[in-house]
Amino acid sequence: MKEINAHAGFPIAPVYGPEDVAGVDFARDIGRPGEYPYTRGIHKHMYRERVWTMRQYVGFGTPGETNARFKYLMAHGQDALNVAFDLPTQLGLDSDDPKAEGEVGRVGMAVDTLADMEEAFAGIPLDRVSVSLTINGMAAPITAMYYAVAEKQGVAADRVVTTPQNDILKEFIARGTWIYPVDPSLRLVADLIEFSARQYPRSNPVSVCGYHIREAGCTTAQEMAYGLAIAAAYVELMLARGMAVDDFAPRISFNFTAWGKIFEEVAKFRAGRRLYARMLRERFRAANPKSWMFRSLIGGGGSAFAVQEPENNIVRGAYIALAAALSGAQTMALPTYDEAYTIPSSKAQLIALRTMQICAEESGAADTVDPLAGSYYVEALTSAMEKQIEQELASVERMGGIVEAVRSGAIQAEVARQAYLFEQKVLSGEIPRVAVNCHVGEAAAEADRDVELYAFDEKAHAAQLAKLARIRAQRDGAAVQAALRRVGDAARGRENLMYPILEAVKAYASLGEIAQAMREVFGEHKEAVKL
Amino acid sequence: MKVLIAKPGLDGHDRGAKVVAHALRDAGFEVVYSGLKRTPEEIVAEAIQEDVDVVGLSVLSGAHLLLARRVVDALRAQDAADIAVVVGGIIPPRDVEALKQLGVRHVFPMGTPLPEIVKALKKEPQR
Repeated sequence: MKEINAHAGFPIAPVYGPEDVAGVDFARDIGRPGEYPYTRGIHKHMYRERVWTMRQYVGFGTPGETNARFKYLMAHGQDALNVAFDLPTQLGLDSDDPKAEGEVGRVGMAVDTLADMEEAFAGIPLDRVSVSLTINGMAAPITAMYYAVAEKQGVAADRVVTTPQNDILKEFIARGTWIYPVDPSLRLVADLIEFSARQYPRSNPVSVCGYHIREAGCTTAQEMAYGLAIAAAYVELMLARGMAVDDFAPRISFNFTAWGKIFEEVAKFRAGRRLYARMLRERFRAANPKSWMFRSLIGGGGSAFAVQEPENNIVRGAYIALAAALSGAQTMALPTYDEAYTIPSSKAQLIALRTMQICAEESGAADTVDPLAGSYYVEALTSAMEKQIEQELASVERMGGIVEAVRSGAIQAEVARQAYLFEQKVLSGEIPRVAVNCHVGEAAAEADRDVELYAFDEKAHAAQLAKLARIRAQRDGAAVQAALRRVGDAARGRENLMYPILEAVKAYASLGEIAQAMREVFGEHKEAVKL
Repeated sequence: MKVLIAKPGLDGHDRGAKVVAHALRDAGFEVVYSGLKRTPEEIVAEAIQEDVDVVGLSVLSGAHLLLARRVVDALRAQDAADIAVVVGGIIPPRDVEALKQLGVRHVFPMGTPLPEIVKALKKEPQR
């Protein structure tokens, strides 16, 4: 019989039975949904009370174009937003910066000043729509802009629900939008968490992402382990500032992927919820049950998809949606079938949204909580994943802890090693991929050419430059300079940077100017380049 | 044969670049990796200093046409046009020919099997 392994590495048996779950203690390890340790889900009735939030990742070109796409998806039943920013914005460069050439509005929308965020959310009621901001190194100024837009819309601070990603450690590991060295980068993460915990109680000021690390090549167990290690690092950061764990932990959220083997993914989340609950309660002594809950966006991952016969990716997306639903997602987002070619077309976005809606409304996956509980296989797999995640956590400790592992580049090297191993398994056929390494048909090449692709509007860059020039001419230059000086002063001292950043944003200082004021104090990160 | 695998522009996705670098090394190439966010000028300077035969650019942000042109032009300006430039990443089919027009020797869009990349580079002349 062919040997089959989980992506986490351990073998999968052909049959499971009662003997495989003999060590599982129902009350201690599983419990009831909505109760510690939340193995079965963080809410008692899960989707019977409220189905997952559907939140496609959207943003391209100018804020005006993105605003139109937001409204298109909301008109088709999407109930929340997840904003994609272009690379200059993510890296604190204005659209007129020479380094931004060719990248403005490409992989997300361009934001230079508060005026752009005002335009992006025009006509979208921020007291009713929750908005994720996929922003990390620049999370503090972009979230400040978001808070300022909400304020201008007349929304009370305690009605604002936003989730800036604000997870810089995973950027150092996987996604690459770091700017400053590790320590000041972590300080910015903590400043935003602290400010939001005090001023914006319904904001989720950090979304810890295993997602991008998995996309970069790590295993399922590593994805969860690294995510938990990063979360623990942020908790320690806030405790070191003198905050009580229950003052911020209830608003920590997560972002993970669910592509691959459906049951392994479900087991990963069940084990992850259990480990997180225990970590917060036992290690960090959190007393509020909300602090123990692993709340997660669960979504796809472009790496699940193939360039060959791209329509097959729609089917893969449906399985991801099912895995995410069975895993107990609070929020769902799917990659689109055309992502290996370009950024999503509106047709591809709508199909992804429809996929989630079909899963929610038609498939029955949302009818009852944690329907796989009690399966010999899934419970045994959950225990096996838990052990594997614990081993990966121990290996992070051997690297000196997650922050040191990031600084030295050891964890980046491990992720790259796993990515190469994965590729070799695809080449050998050990990891089958239909129409890629098995069942390869002659129709493949034809189908590739038929994908309807999004076409980048070259005029977007010019429009963005003109708008930035207009704002620079209209604003009170002296007020901007004074605000930027205060950002620099705060960066040199220990004051929470959110206060001067908010002031600068409201004076229409540009993102690039704010980033530069901090760059002059913090310097830039030097990557430990390792293969 | 010596290859510089480089990440030009602002894109931070380096999975593909690192996987290709590992595969080339296993296939007997000498491989240098630039790290993230290098400018075309920095990449060309490193290529010349390291005396490589091939520069492989990895771009997933959509800025491949501009960045590849910059690298090709800078190599010419430095009298190093005999260093072959190849490009990989998220490259829409319509841009493959445009890249070749710029002087890019090979384009390896998402989904190109590693052995194909190895085979193509082995055929490149050593400088």
